[in-house]
Amino acid sequence: MDAKQSSRRAFLGAGAFAGAALTACSAPDATPPEAATAPSLLGAPVRRYGERSPHETVARGVRDSQTPEAASSRTPLDETYGIITPSALHFERHHAGVPDIDPTAHKLLIHGLVERPMMFTLSDLKRMPSVSRVHFVECSGNSGGEWSAKGAPTVRLSHGLASCSEWTGVPLRVLLDEVGVKPEAKWLLAEGDDACRMQRSVMIEKALDDAIVAYGQNGEALRPEQGYPVRLVLPGWEGNTNVKWLRRIKLTEGPQFTKDETSKYTELMEDGEAWIFTFEMDAKSVITAPSGGHAIGGPGYHEVTGLAWSGRGKITSVEVSTDGGANWSEASLQQPVYSRAFTRFRLPWNWDGSECVLLSRCRDDTGYVQPTRQELIAQRGRYSAYHCNRIKGWRIAADGSVSNAEA
Amino acid sequence: MRKLSSGACMALIGLVTHPLLSQELGLGREVTAAEVRAWDITIGPGGDELPEGSGSAVEGSQIYEVRCKECHGELGVGGDHAALVGKPADLKKAPPIKTVGSYWPYATTLFDYTRRAMPFEEPGTLTDDQVYAVTAYVLYLNGIVGEDDVMDRDSLPKVEMPNRDGFVPDPRPKP
Repeated sequence: MDAKQSSRRAFLGAGAFAGAALTACSAPDATPPEAATAPSLLGAPVRRYGERSPHETVARGVRDSQTPEAASSRTPLDETYGIITPSALHFERHHAGVPDIDPTAHKLLIHGLVERPMMFTLSDLKRMPSVSRVHFVECSGNSGGEWSAKGAPTVRLSHGLASCSEWTGVPLRVLLDEVGVKPEAKWLLAEGDDACRMQRSVMIEKALDDAIVAYGQNGEALRPEQGYPVRLVLPGWEGNTNVKWLRRIKLTEGPQFTKDETSKYTELMEDGEAWIFTFEMDAKSVITAPSGGHAIGGPGYHEVTGLAWSGRGKITSVEVSTDGGANWSEASLQQPVYSRAFTRFRLPWNWDGSECVLLSRCRDDTGYVQPTRQELIAQRGRYSAYHCNRIKGWRIAADGSVSNAEA
Repeated sequence: MRKLSSGACMALIGLVTHPLLSQELGLGREVTAAEVRAWDITIGPGGDELPEGSGSAVEGSQIYEVRCKECHGELGVGGDHAALVGKPADLKKAPPIKTVGSYWPYATTLFDYTRRAMPFEEPGTLTDDQVYAVTAYVLYLNGIVGEDDVMDRDSLPKVEMPNRDGFVPDPRPKP
């Protein structure tokens, strides 16, 4: 039997199965399916830039703000698939609005403790050796509400300030080679071209390791909200350091103690001392389905799925509990698992219809295990505000409705 | 002859392709010190980059009234946006209150941020003298400098912020 026959037989087999299923589910006098009798209609013509189906309405979560230019929007994690966040759904956090930048006029200046201060156009950057890598970006304020006992009611509210893209650009190391970094340069300052010229200090080790000066996101140019035409991507580091609309890099001996790395994005302990330059995002996971606000219908088969990520490397395991933490099962991880990237986990689950609590707990390749809220508070107090990576629970009620386990 | 030239060319490619990865790319252009000065607006904690100019709290109160008060409130508290005035003890309240007076470690940061990012809707529109003055006023409201103290490139870096030593580097274990 050749391949064609084999394929046809497989198709007939599938059809027979589908027919049997249909018969089993239908009333004996059911009319033929509509698709079999409706006339064929000529479809839409080709078009230059695709749009999603008009039936699809999933959108970022936006809360009313007096200053929508200095606000955030959240990725609907429970309505995205796999590990890549569609660019149009990537979370936003801006401090002075999204600038409208002409890519032909935009320049990147690199100066300070260098042999040759230089300016690069976008065309220069695109001619340089490039890399494409999958990495998450997470606002360090993500899950900030989860420090409280109550927590947020939906996964987009609790975890939606994180997204994952394939980023394309020039390794920052290549650019630093061009300007010649002086040995006394231990830090650099990265500055954006937004209205407030947002700036952060970065250790030179990170710049020389895996930092990317990115112009591409998910196969096309960066979206304006994500830093068009060029941004810094610091894999695994808190979102604010991934400076968007990148205009300037200054090599320095020490950090500059900018407003965003002192008054914001520092973690205040209960003794009044604050942690500063806490760059890596600790390992974190959350179940995205079923999650708060969902209704899962009746008992029987359900897939428990979610996302895990670590700013320090690869996710090595995710365990899921369907009984509030008494027992844990190893979820399967979508392959390949990338370092410092969203990792999709899945666990088949047969729900018996009784009330229960779902939890997920991840581990990364440094051996770090995601903590409970109590463990986190024991370490960092109640008011450190940022870098909350506690285990999150969802309660399934007997009617199949899903809510925050601690509400 | 043609064949030989082609072979030589192939050999040349073989020789230069790999070393190119570790050579300068010849892209971008070198810039002058004047160009760098025009772009480099960052003021570090040592204050070396601070511009000419000066201002005092008395002068700053006038500017604050017109350009800052609407968002930050009368006397730096009670506005719809960030409170600017407080004491170190505020950090031990539940929840803590982080302000210029209670939390910010360097006065130079206040100058830098005000100059680049304030007022919110018209960032970068204050003159350097105005930024010195409004910085002096916010420091005065926090009880850190006197009403007539003049802030300039020499005096501002010498201002001791109450929470100057309140920060420790990330103590989390490194992998």
